[in-house]
Amino acid sequence: MAGVQVSNLSRSFGAHKALDDVSIDFADGGFYALLGPSGSGKTTLLRQIAGFDFPDSGRIAIGGESVERVPVEKRRIGMVFQNYALFPNMSVADNVAFGLSVRGEAKATIASEVQRALDLVQLGQLGGRRPHQLSGGQRQRVALARAIVTKPRVLLLDEPLGALDKALRIDMQIELKRIQREIGITTIFVTHDQEEALTMSDRIGILRGGRLVQEGPPEDIYDRPKSEFAATFLGDANILRGETTGTGIRLADGTAIAAKAGASFAAGTKASCAVRPERIRIAADSGSPDHLNGNVLKGQVSKRIFAGNNSTYFVDRDGQTIKVIVQNTGMEKLAEGQEVVLRWSPESTVLIAGN
Amino acid sequence: MAGQVATGSRSGLRSALPLLLPAYLWLTVAIFLPLSAMVFFSFMTELPLSGKAWFFTLENYATFFSQGLYLTLLLASLRLGLEVTLWCVVIGYPAAYVLAKVLKGRSREAIFLLVILPFWSNGLVRIFSWAMVLREGGILDTALNAVLPFKINIDLMYSYPAVIIGLVHSYVPYMVLTCYLTLQAIDDSLIEAGRSLGASRLQMLKRVIIPLSMPGLVAGAALIFVPVVGSFMEPRILGGRTGTFYGTVIEDQFVAVFNWPLGAALSFILLAVVLVILALASPVLKRAA
Ligand SMILES: Nc1ncnc2c1ncn2[C@@H]1O[C@H](COP(=O)(O)OP(=O)(O)OP(=O)(O)O)[C@@H](O)[C@H]1O
Ligand SMILES: [Mg+2]
Repeated sequence: MAGVQVSNLSRSFGAHKALDDVSIDFADGGFYALLGPSGSGKTTLLRQIAGFDFPDSGRIAIGGESVERVPVEKRRIGMVFQNYALFPNMSVADNVAFGLSVRGEAKATIASEVQRALDLVQLGQLGGRRPHQLSGGQRQRVALARAIVTKPRVLLLDEPLGALDKALRIDMQIELKRIQREIGITTIFVTHDQEEALTMSDRIGILRGGRLVQEGPPEDIYDRPKSEFAATFLGDANILRGETTGTGIRLADGTAIAAKAGASFAAGTKASCAVRPERIRIAADSGSPDHLNGNVLKGQVSKRIFAGNNSTYFVDRDGQTIKVIVQNTGMEKLAEGQEVVLRWSPESTVLIAGN
Repeated sequence: MAGQVATGSRSGLRSALPLLLPAYLWLTVAIFLPLSAMVFFSFMTELPLSGKAWFFTLENYATFFSQGLYLTLLLASLRLGLEVTLWCVVIGYPAAYVLAKVLKGRSREAIFLLVILPFWSNGLVRIFSWAMVLREGGILDTALNAVLPFKINIDLMYSYPAVIIGLVHSYVPYMVLTCYLTLQAIDDSLIEAGRSLGASRLQMLKRVIIPLSMPGLVAGAALIFVPVVGSFMEPRILGGRTGTFYGTVIEDQFVAVFNWPLGAALSFILLAVVLVILALASPVLKRAA
């Protein structure tokens, strides 16, 4: 097992920079999610680490050993593909055995290792089947067993759950996480799905246009996004724009918003505040202000969407719509068109550079 | 369940009938009728067109067994078919692999065109071009002598290798096309998966790519072997005196000796032998695929 260090990695296709000076430290034994919109370079980065493609510049080290020019078959990595990529001409057991058998391991060793891996993914009984006789979830388990049976240094997964339906996806997320913990392998996981990234990983890297926008533990990125993009891409956020006052921003209509999270900027420059919809309290009257809800905005409910355990309110103020999510406690019942007061704490307000 | 499937496929067949009909009509008129006539001829003593008296006989088929020459020639032709097929695999499969998996875009189109060009050129033109290349003082001889420091004599004309070269050139596009199609269908991620598991390129070829492209190899082999065993044009023109094969003998019966009944009988014996070979080979090949 080993960590992976990527430093100053760049890769262009023609004039297009698919990766632009990306540096990430993937900790040994960690579960790292690469998140980003389509075309942001997630697959490209994973392929550089795997060795299917080589960078124009920059360094890749696996377990401290420099591998930029090492071909994939020598890198000792395990890879799981979105379309499973199981060999259709082999049984499930032979698929799993493939990596060991090309290495020339003894038959008996192979058989017991394969059985162990299949048991680990809970497919111990299905070794004799052909891939086309399996369901999507089962195929993905086989692909996983095949990737880990060789004891690779790193496990790379490119949207491995993308082809599964929602319920199966959640099962597989739990399963994958359990297996990863059990064998303690460094895992790099590409996904489109922010929820998946938040629940599964211990670190997330957000890519955009080939650049690493932000990286860190899920809570850090969620609670302290460094850009409007990070704030809105990972989770939902209300963005309020204005000029910095040093301790927050002043909106166009003069309202001051205090922010205690995020960076600090010299007064007078453009900046934004990000607030998560679930951090805002909504009420019909202004109540008594206190330090926990020092930011106040007035508006009018334009829409309410009831979703069972919570409701989402869309509140219009000064040409902007603010989203508020309220847990269904049976207390808040505000009608569309009603005047309301929004309050939230400066601690829940992240100051980020304007753009 | 089973009943449902059956009715489903039956109504599928009914709706497909208008589409199949022209093809079947054409096959009936263009192949089945002349072929039946040939079967008929093969049991006659004389061609009825000649005006002489004729009657039914098994004599034509008996001739094959009574004269050792025919069997010898048939074996030579089968060997020729086997060798040409093997050469087509050796040359065609790597070409198909490069076309399907290595080249992309423009260069793929260009090379593809080059490979199937012999397909589009007239068979006779193709063979006579080879004659110009292979004969003593021909293109190959001159070119080699121009670059080599010592004098060599290349005269492949009227030899067994010349026949092989001509036939391989004519038939290799079949192998390239059938293999290209099956190789094309192999997902690139399979190859990447194999390499990520530590397999060398050779191991990938042996364990994944060749097994998955077996249907193309089998189809190509069948498409080549069958006509080559009965071929007569290439053996005659490029083989000269050494170019007497089963196919040329059949041709002789039709165009030189005018013994159509014997020619027809020899043809059907060939057809039967080839079918038996394909039938024997199919379970083996199916297991490999
Ligand atoms: N082989 C290639 N040739 C040319 N351009 C490429 C190649 N591979 C990737 N690109 C380009 O590089 C950019 C990043 O692609 P990449 O596949 O890494 O995106 P991604 O983040 O994985 O997207 P998705 O979520 O859609 O899979 C894209 O603009 C893509 O068009
Ligand atoms: Mg991708």
